[in-house]
Amino acid sequence: MTPKTIIDKIWDQHVVEAIDKDTSVFYIDRHFIHEVTSPQAFTGLNKRGKKVARPHKTVATADHNVPTINQHLTIQEELSRVQVNTLAKNCAEHGIELYGLNHPYNGIVHVIGPELGITQPGMTIVCGDSHTSTHGAFGAIAFGIGTSEVEMVLASQCLILSKPKRMRINIEGTLQQGVKSKDIVLYIISQISASGATGYFVEFAGSAIRSLSMEARMTICNMSIEMGARGGLIAPDETTFDYIKGREMAPKGHEWDKALAYWKSLPSDPGAEFDKELHFKAEDIEPMITYGTNPGMGLGISGSIPVLDHIDESSRKSFLKSLEYMGFNPGEPMLGKTVDYVFIGSCTNGRIEDLRAFAGFVKGKKKADNVTAWIVPGSKQVEAQAEKEGLRQILEEAGFELRQPGCSACLAMNEDKIPTGKYAVSTSNRNFEGRQGPGARTMLASPITAAAAAITGKITDPRTLL
Amino acid sequence: MPIEKFITLTSTCVPLPIENVDTDQITPARFLKATTREGFGSKLFYDWRYDPAGNPKPDFVLNNPTYSGKVLVAGKNFGSGSSREHAAWSITDYGFRAVVSSFFADIFKSNALNNGLLPVQVSEKFLARIFDVVESNASTELEINLQDQVITILETGEKEGFEIGAYKKNCLLNGFDDIDYLLSKKSEIEAWEKANA
Ligand code: SF4
Repeated sequence: MTPKTIIDKIWDQHVVEAIDKDTSVFYIDRHFIHEVTSPQAFTGLNKRGKKVARPHKTVATADHNVPTINQHLTIQEELSRVQVNTLAKNCAEHGIELYGLNHPYNGIVHVIGPELGITQPGMTIVCGDSHTSTHGAFGAIAFGIGTSEVEMVLASQCLILSKPKRMRINIEGTLQQGVKSKDIVLYIISQISASGATGYFVEFAGSAIRSLSMEARMTICNMSIEMGARGGLIAPDETTFDYIKGREMAPKGHEWDKALAYWKSLPSDPGAEFDKELHFKAEDIEPMITYGTNPGMGLGISGSIPVLDHIDESSRKSFLKSLEYMGFNPGEPMLGKTVDYVFIGSCTNGRIEDLRAFAGFVKGKKKADNVTAWIVPGSKQVEAQAEKEGLRQILEEAGFELRQPGCSACLAMNEDKIPTGKYAVSTSNRNFEGRQGPGARTMLASPITAAAAAITGKITDPRTLL
Repeated sequence: MPIEKFITLTSTCVPLPIENVDTDQITPARFLKATTREGFGSKLFYDWRYDPAGNPKPDFVLNNPTYSGKVLVAGKNFGSGSSREHAAWSITDYGFRAVVSSFFADIFKSNALNNGLLPVQVSEKFLARIFDVVESNASTELEINLQDQVITILETGEKEGFEIGAYKKNCLLNGFDDIDYLLSKKSEIEAWEKANA
């Protein structure tokens, strides 16, 4: 038998029918929905007079729009309230499980899937949200879709897709102290650009990846979309199985043994061929920070913004437009730049390990007076865990406040908007113009680089404070 | 619901020579609170198009009466970022039927096709030619022939072929939509589920 990649194994298994040589009807095992990208899909379905085909394969949460304080009150902002209520109505009508606001399982869609054990190896998983790639950390084919496709999955549990090309990115070696998985992924994107993996599905491999916890792996797969990839995944191993075992919706007893045998068959066979293969060394990676308006515009924190000579001639106009938006100049160092806001949260870095890392770093220190900090857990369960471990208290003693779960300033659809012209160090995934509020200036970094900024009020190498 | 057929389009174009135009620029997140698909054209490129007080910014191309048409021509890596289909709805609702670029983000491409908006991927060189010709003559027309998969700058006669999957091409030429197709596959889908239970 020809050796197969993990991507081929899962993909080929889920082809219901080939339409032509590059298009097929493709089966979806799990579908997550949220309030923002689903209403029009339900409207479409209702117009056709159709019901959801497999309601128990779809799970819903309210996350994008929700406030991160006073969640027990009704949502104040009318349009957001209507969207969240519309989701509840649609779920009730179609028999879909909803973890709505104030439900103990509520949270950001890509945080709750894994923590509830819904996300499992070998599955195909979609959601109307590009960071669905997060679930790939379990060895699943997971990717974001548009609303028309949400409607297709609701109507048929299938999509019509063409198979992406396969890429493997290997990161070998040991990470330096103070370097987190967020730095690994920001480093890769800075090397291959924000469109470096467009058209590909990526497997992340190598000893540096194997050594990571599940939560750290999720951070990497989460941002595979920021290199343009359709999705990213990591082969399941003991770390994966240990994480899933015992979770609410994980298989139990005989079902577990059966599932485990299948999961163990998934890793890419030795000699399996990828369309493209890249290699990086873990030792080369420093704590990273972005300076521009796409996630590919990042550098090691001790570095300087490129000078114009180092930018392709055809890209100079876009490069300068981006720096103008940020209020930066070519050639400037990043260290020492003033920071006004710090945001810890999102499906990239809003899990318990991220809060632990941040709290561990600020423990016994004080927040800088010039900084406003928003610390937003990724889910109700993360919030409860932070409470249980005493993190809330550590944060409060250092001058920080733990808010309630949601997407929050990651996309600023709720009230958590960075004001025009202000600088934010953010653990989220996108530094696009206006992403965190109109005119907001975002610098992406790991939770501890964000912690260093929150303590000193400026861009600071976290390694100097460890 | 059938999509609008696309066969051949001849139109002037709107040039946007910026790279990495992401979906947060095409339709900023704060406009995603709607529960219907209509009316997004007025939100297209909102923060580039209007100042914070809501006045049109005269230097942005959509506010420049010199340029109009059903084709948007943009720099490489168009449509990166969020999966929001609202980006495609904004572009079509504004009146565009095709977007030309040297590179498209994957999710944007499928969203566009699902809304009858044709993403036409051309070489960097051809894209630069379109920008040049349009800069010297804003009334230059582009012809996009889907059947032959060819785009032509009518003024100069320069042309280039473009790729599109056979299935999607057929959908656009005939106005078919994926859901009807999927609904017709009910028994195949059930058979797959049985085999993989
Ligand atoms: S946290 Fe940000 S990236 Fe993640 S699902 Fe929410 S909006 Fe999307």
